[in-house]
This record gives sequence, C-alpha cells and structure tokens, in this order.
Amino acid sequence: MTTGETQKIREDRPRERRTTERTRLAVAGARAAGQGLYTPRSAKHRVTNTLFSAVLFLGLGTALVALTAIIGWALVEGWPRLDANLFLAGPSTINPEEAGFRTAIIGTVYVIGGVIALIVPLGVGAAIYLEEFADRERWYNRFIELNIQNLAGVPSIVFGILGLAFIVRGLGNFGFVAAAGSMTLALLVLPTVILASREAIRAVPSSVRNGSLALGATLWQTVWRNVLPAAAPGILTGVILGVARAIGEAAPLLLVGAVTFVVYDPSFFEGGYSVLPVQIYNYAKRPQEEFHVMAIAGVLVMLVVLMLINSFAIWLRNRYEKKW
Amino acid sequence: MAVDLTVTTARGRTKPASVTADGSDALGEPRPLPPTVFDVSDLFVTYGSHRAVREVSLTVHEREITALIGPSGCGKSTVLRCLNRMNDQVPGARVTGKVAYYGEDLYAPQVDPIEVRRRIGMVFQKPNPFPKSIYENVAYGLRVEGRRPKSELDDRVEEALTGAALWDEVKDKLKESGFALSGGQQQRLCIARAIAVRPEVLLMDEPCSALDPIATAKVEDLMLKLADEFTIVIVTHNMQQAARVSDRTAFFTAENDSEGVRHGRLVEYDVTDKIFSNPADRRTEDYISGRFG
Repeated sequence: MTTGETQKIREDRPRERRTTERTRLAVAGARAAGQGLYTPRSAKHRVTNTLFSAVLFLGLGTALVALTAIIGWALVEGWPRLDANLFLAGPSTINPEEAGFRTAIIGTVYVIGGVIALIVPLGVGAAIYLEEFADRERWYNRFIELNIQNLAGVPSIVFGILGLAFIVRGLGNFGFVAAAGSMTLALLVLPTVILASREAIRAVPSSVRNGSLALGATLWQTVWRNVLPAAAPGILTGVILGVARAIGEAAPLLLVGAVTFVVYDPSFFEGGYSVLPVQIYNYAKRPQEEFHVMAIAGVLVMLVVLMLINSFAIWLRNRYEKKW
Repeated sequence: MAVDLTVTTARGRTKPASVTADGSDALGEPRPLPPTVFDVSDLFVTYGSHRAVREVSLTVHEREITALIGPSGCGKSTVLRCLNRMNDQVPGARVTGKVAYYGEDLYAPQVDPIEVRRRIGMVFQKPNPFPKSIYENVAYGLRVEGRRPKSELDDRVEEALTGAALWDEVKDKLKESGFALSGGQQQRLCIARAIAVRPEVLLMDEPCSALDPIATAKVEDLMLKLADEFTIVIVTHNMQQAARVSDRTAFFTAENDSEGVRHGRLVEYDVTDKIFSNPADRRTEDYISGRFG
C-alpha cells in the first residue's frame, strides 16, 4: 500500500470512525474520571458529608448543652446564696444562711498551691531526664517509663491510701495537714504532667538542639536556654490539666485528712483542713434544704477558683507562645 | 611546571598561589603550604555495627576552603561531623582513626567536646535559627560562654552580623524573631551566630541546599569573604559550588565492599582545579562530568 492510498482511505472514513471501540471507551472513561474532580459531588457524597457533619455537631452540642445545663442549674438553684458571705464566712451547721466556704477556699488554695509547687519542678525535671539525658538502652530507664504510663491510669483512691500510709503516717508522718494533701494530689497528677511535658520537649526539633550544641553549649545549657522555653507552652498545658484534675479530687483527700468541718482558717503544716469538693459533699448530705442550696453555690465557688487558677496558667502560656 | 596555575575564580577571588598543585606559586617559586588545621588519617565511622565511612585520610589547611563532594550516602556529612565531634550526639556512632586538630587528637579522652565545638563552628543544611530574637540568636554562643557586659554583647552582635553581610538588612529589627527572616537571611543569621564566638574553623553542611540561587550566590560570596579569616570546610552536593568557592576538593563515593555492605570512601583529594580539570581517578571524572550521581 502506498502512502497515497493510505491518505485516501483516511479521507474516506469519518474522523471519529478512525478510533477503535476500545479506545473510545477508554477516552470516555478518562473524561468521566477527570470531570468527576471538577463537577459537584454526587448525591451519595452529599448525604455522607451531611451525616458526618451532623454526628460531629451532635457530639459538640451534647458536651455544650450538658455543661451549660449544669452551670445554669447551679446558678438558678444557688442564686439565693450568691453573696459575700459565701466566700468570706466560715462553715456552720447551725445557721446555713450565714455559712460560707472561707476555710474550704483557703484549704483548696493551700493544697493546690502546694501541688503546683511540687509538680512543676518534679514533673518537668523527670521529663527532661527521660527525654534528654536517659539512655534508653538501660533497663531501668525503660522500667521507669513503663511505670509512669501505668501510674497515669491508677484510680485516685489508691493514691489516697498511699498518702495515708506513707505521708500522713509512716515515713513522712506529717499528720492530717494540708501539706499531706498537697503531696498526695501531687503524686496523683505527676504522671499526667510528666507525660505532657515529655511530649512538649520531644516536639522541639532536634535542629535547635544541634544548633545550640554546635555553638559549644553544654547539654544542660541547651535544655535550659533553648529546649525549655520552646517547650514551655506544652508543659504549661500539662500543668493546667493536672491542676484542674487536682482541684476536683475529693476521694484521696478524704483519706489524708481533709476533714469536713473546719471553722478556723487552716494552715499549711498544722491543724485540720478542708477543700471545696469535700465541703460541698458535706453540705449536700445534710438533711436541711438550706444546706443543699449551699452545696450548689459551692459548685459555683469551685468553678470560679478553677477558672482563676487556669486563666493565670493560660495567660502564662500565651505569653510564652506570643514571643515567637 | 606551574605555568598557568594562578587561578582566578569565577567570582574574582584570586586564590592563594600556595594552592597550586605542587605548592608553588605562579612564578614557580616554591611556597610553604599554609599550616595544617585538620589532619585526618585512617578515619572509620561506625553506626551500630555498620561501618559507614572507611579509610578516610585528608588534611585541611588554614584559611582555605575545603569542599567535600560526592553522591548521597557517601559519608561526606559524616566526615564533617567528625571534625567538631557532633557525631557524639548520634546514638551508636563510633569514630576510630585519628583526627588531629593543630596536631592535637580531637578524640583523646582529655579533650572536652564542648571546647572543641566552641573553636570549630558549624552551619547546618537547613537554616535553624533558635526560637528567639535575631539579637538573641547571635548573642547565644556568647551568653553560654559566660556573662558579658551588655555593651560588649552589642558590639559582638553587630560585628558578627556585619561579618555575615546581614547587618544592614536587620539592624532595625534586632528584637524581631529570627523566623521573620527569609530562608537566605536565616542561613546568614546562622553563619553570624557561628562566627560571633570567633571560632577558628567553620564547618558548613550543605549550607545552600535549602536556598534559591540568589540567596546561594550571597552565601557563596560570604564564604569567599570569610575565608580571609576562617578555615572553612564545606559539604556540598553542588559541584559548581565546589568549583566556584573551594581551594581543595575531596571526592567521596559510596561503594559496596566484598560482602555487599554499602559504605563511603574518599576517592580523590586534591587542589580543586586539578579535580575539576584533570582528575586522577576515573570515578571522579565520571562524577564531575555528570555520568553518575
């Protein structure tokens, strides 16, 4: 067949006939696939998307509604007792109208202050050791790591018994004082703080460490001047979570002496003390209706204290974050 | 012999005549080599049980730019990190053989790696400014050395930033974050940070690989300027870069030994012009002419 003949045949056949059936199918398929990317999604996709969004909103909504309901209910029920006495007066079993949470607030501030003073250096120190200095090949370092993770899941009452046996009595022998409560709660939340701090330290890129070491900084200088400031926001988040948990704990404190009725302002190292959740429980279990109102108002007091402490920590975190 | 060996680089820097192939200058007068800074002999680096780099021997001379080139995985960065003991930071890394720094064994037990790194600065592949202000980035090395009066710190920061050709661009924003700078500026900030402590040597690990051509040209100009004052060892992927800036070039390659274990080796080490014009080894020639790698 000469070139001329071929040319002739091509001209005879209509253009679209020159492709085989299979090629046309492939082209159609490719075009459809390409168009799929640019045309609106099919109805099936729309339904799935809507469903999924709905589930997400349902989750968010449930959490928000429950929270608002509780706070709203506490506000309405506790309203008659929301006055200065609630914060400034000590507890009373005789006249509920004038009783307040003064000693419990002071007790909580002492206990939580002690917890913060303990968990920040201990938690951050442990995290630095495990992340920067520990040799992971050594069995004891792996043993410590494993146990910290396990401790984070131990029920709080166990820490209460531990505190009673080793801090209130036994080795520490501090007696039933606020300091013992601080130490017990610190043990309870330490694993959380250590795990969060380790994550934060690990998130600091190794290029920063190498850059610092290459300038002749020691490992300690590198950690102190470079790694810790960069990890501070994450570490503070861990501390906020730990403190939030510690504030609400009643069970372990019952065992280490947060006795429920303290008329005089407590001190850190001697005498009985109480904390807000325990005081709330004490009011709630009394038969008189007025004390129930007190308990509800106490919930609001606890929320206010929690928010004050947390907003300080968040302010601190933002200050570190804002720097860079 | 050395008839036409005084070489002017593309950037107009006349290389010291002592760097000609036989150590003589353009007129054929024998000139002494500059003092030896590093004398590496029979260096092996092992990661775990893997002997990654084998039998490397080379010398680095004062106020020259020595380039280490070669394909990926040939161990050039590993060798560079041996020179300021940064390999100490790599878990499982072990260095055998001798690395002498002005005649002193860097790996002798009494040598403090902190002191080594103070005197031998390093610039990394990716610009890695600290999450601090520009000023604090440059002052960092001085601060870790010990307390200094503010006025002295100010002077040294300005000196270092000027030396890194960055002062004019940042003098009005010293308090701003180091991350606010462009990639090229960040790399020059890292160079400023390294020279602020007045090291004797600057090690650069592919300092331009994350930069665009304009920023690369600036950093190369800077290297040529810094070579008046510092000894520079640079690892680079970019052969043109090695040809443009360096006085001596070491070509590394990755090979399989008889058991099939891949490892890095030094193939050829010579004056840059010789490596690029008349290499002694076939593998070097193949690499620089683009036949592999």
